[in-house]
Amino acid sequence: MEVELLEISDHLRRFEPFEALPVEVVQELAAQVEVAYYKAGSTILSFGDEIHEVYFVRSGSVEVFRRNGTLYNRLEEGSLFGQMSLLMHNRVRFPARALEDSLLYIIPEAQFNQLCDDHDAFADYVELGDRARLRQAVSRANQSNELMRTRIQQLINREPVSIAATASVFEAGQRMTEEGVSSLLICAADDPGQVVGIITDRDLRTRFIAAGLPLKTAVAGIMSENLISIEAQQYVFEAMLAMLRYRIHHLPVMRDRRPVGVISLSDLIRYESQNSLLVVARILRAQDVEELSGLKPEIEASFVRMVNEEANSQMVGSAMSVFGRSVKQRLLELATERLGAPPIPCCFVALGSMARDELLPGGDQDNALILDDSYDPTVHGDYFKQLATFICDGLAATGYPYCKGGIMATTERWRQPRKVWSRYFAQWIAKPTPEDLLNSSIFFDLEGIWGEVGWVEQLKEQIAGQAKKSPYFLFALARNALSRTPPLGFFKDFLLERDGKHKNSLDLKRRGTAPLAALIRVHALAAGSTAQNSFDRLDDIRDANVLPLGRTEALRDALEFMSMVRLRHQAQSLTLGVDADNNINPETLSQFDRRNLKDAFQALSNAQKFLKFRYPARRSAKQG
Amino acid sequence: MLYLKSAKKPSDHRPPQWPQLFDQLAISAKNPGLKQYYQAGVVAPETPLSDVSLVALDIETTGLDPARDAIVSVGLIPFDLHRIYCSKARYWVLNPEKPLTTSSVVIHGITHAEALVGHDLKQILPELLLALAHRVVVVHCRQIERRFLDIALKERIGEGIVFPAIDTMEIDNRYVRRRFFQRIVQFFGRTPESIRLAACRSRYHLPHYTPHHALIDALATAELFQAQVAWHFTPQTWVDKVWH
Repeated sequence: MEVELLEISDHLRRFEPFEALPVEVVQELAAQVEVAYYKAGSTILSFGDEIHEVYFVRSGSVEVFRRNGTLYNRLEEGSLFGQMSLLMHNRVRFPARALEDSLLYIIPEAQFNQLCDDHDAFADYVELGDRARLRQAVSRANQSNELMRTRIQQLINREPVSIAATASVFEAGQRMTEEGVSSLLICAADDPGQVVGIITDRDLRTRFIAAGLPLKTAVAGIMSENLISIEAQQYVFEAMLAMLRYRIHHLPVMRDRRPVGVISLSDLIRYESQNSLLVVARILRAQDVEELSGLKPEIEASFVRMVNEEANSQMVGSAMSVFGRSVKQRLLELATERLGAPPIPCCFVALGSMARDELLPGGDQDNALILDDSYDPTVHGDYFKQLATFICDGLAATGYPYCKGGIMATTERWRQPRKVWSRYFAQWIAKPTPEDLLNSSIFFDLEGIWGEVGWVEQLKEQIAGQAKKSPYFLFALARNALSRTPPLGFFKDFLLERDGKHKNSLDLKRRGTAPLAALIRVHALAAGSTAQNSFDRLDDIRDANVLPLGRTEALRDALEFMSMVRLRHQAQSLTLGVDADNNINPETLSQFDRRNLKDAFQALSNAQKFLKFRYPARRSAKQG
Repeated sequence: MLYLKSAKKPSDHRPPQWPQLFDQLAISAKNPGLKQYYQAGVVAPETPLSDVSLVALDIETTGLDPARDAIVSVGLIPFDLHRIYCSKARYWVLNPEKPLTTSSVVIHGITHAEALVGHDLKQILPELLLALAHRVVVVHCRQIERRFLDIALKERIGEGIVFPAIDTMEIDNRYVRRRFFQRIVQFFGRTPESIRLAACRSRYHLPHYTPHHALIDALATAELFQAQVAWHFTPQTWVDKVWH
């Protein structure tokens, strides 16, 4: 006879995966569980033991270990363990020990298997490992936004219209009118399948009519070369990113290096209720710093909207970085209107999260200025100092706070000629000290914004070339990346957190995304990558086979999930009219988010362990 | 203080020789169920706790006086030091007012579901005794269960019952030193057992359970005893260190 044990079934039903089961099923289960008490420090499971049950933590907390004795996970109330061992031929794979006095509800194998057989959601939950669960969460989130699940080929409704490069502008104009298109692909004269450029209505207006060129001018003379294009099987959000990034309104779509169509901004507009490109246009039209700083609410509103429309973190980070870059560029234009053109060539550089395309609201302005080697402080010093001050003040007024560490073009040390910058990097790489790197690692995320941006590309090449050959530098950078660890076991650790300043909150940037970005940077530099964005870097890391199989995917999901939680938190703060910070109160998170966040922290922790193992000791690093 | 002294029962100091006593009672008992219960025997006093089959028992009553008050419900759950077995748990709701006889059920045609609510102790006695057989009973405050069962049985079958019992409250008293005035307050104030049970449990970081349900209280008592053994004894400790 079964009796009702509501005390047990009610508790089980508060947690995944039991919450989704029918009430009667959980009540039946409760009548079958066994209960056991484990004093703090006592062993629950030993490696290799036979196991025929799954354990549910009713109270207390349990530590699960790897075979080599290192901590794998810390589980609290409502967690399950032992299910992986059941699937692994009924042998304990991860030994377990009570961290606190713990009461466990123990589910016999027969009941557990029955639940898996009868309830798909239950089976999914327990059979997927942490990593696969996170994968599922991220892909489910991505599926929710049309931008992220629609492929570009679905938008193509006609063959591309093209003309040979030798045709005249007049012929091109006629062709566009006949076909009713606003852009025209320009093909090589000898190969109609090879696209060499593009012209748009706007090009006809600005480069042809306004320039007063003759009608028989060859179309090649006014076309845009260095064509930015996109592959047909990529997603709409990637097309959006490309348009944002390069500020273009027409994008040729390719398949097997052949053009199959052209998509324009108007094709994309229906996927985003208020297009981010319109915000960029408004930034670039601002007449003075006051008007520019007045756009701060609009930028924030755009951020909130993207998050609410469930754009992914890459999309949001890119858009925010494009806004930031556009503000900088507009400020530089306004500055040169006032101060005159620069007396010598220069390049304004974005550093840190903006260079990585991962800027979020409230992110510091980290920037620098590279000057031509002909720089003479006595002659040019004042100009560039004024230029830097104008930009940095303008940025601060528009919602990009000053960098507390002084990493800004206003600091003389960061306003130097090319040869000095080249020496800086060579020194950091050749003779790194952890203290140096703590302050300078931000320089290893860099992007040219304005002026001679090619110089920055050269610096990136220099860094990529030198870094991968400098094990001691990589070692120092790795140590640096390990200085901040994720909260393992999350809630328990959290209560034990040493710096109890925010006792009830978790800094998701400090304990999550920042250490992960730092870790990705190390591997990317080791792989000789010149990419700056963390997701792009992960692609390079995967291609270079630096990490064990499957690890880059795990990191990608971890970064995406942590970023998503961070984005949502910030959007919520902005909606409530409070300053967006990164301090999250775990109690306000849904159970789903908490669990996935734990999985993400676990992935980061695993990756940090691998990094430690890959760059083990100072001595061997020197030898290597 | 004289009263305090006389209130203590001498039997508490010298527990009976349970195996021998069970042997005698197995011969003298008249009721077949009770006879069977004693015949099943009891473990030797030198048995290590790890080898003892246990059963946590809790009864809810209408009051504290066994002569006047009646049993409302009985919950029990078999366990040992390793596990508590929910699948073998039993729970009965008894009708404290009108004892139902088998004939009255037939005459009045009371449905099975209604009869479940209206059981008399006499009807469930064979099952209850079977569930207790060869197990050492674990209770929180042994006087209640012992005296109520003894008197209830005397009323129904004309002979009482004795059994060894491990008392989690008594164990708690052994290890938790209370201040003198707290003892006085406790003596006069009579804190309800279930509240004291919750307090004991919290000392071992056991979770809060809703009190006053015989089966949940039995489960709570079983968990508490496992915790007490983990803290104060070892699996090798003889059972006579803890039973009475």
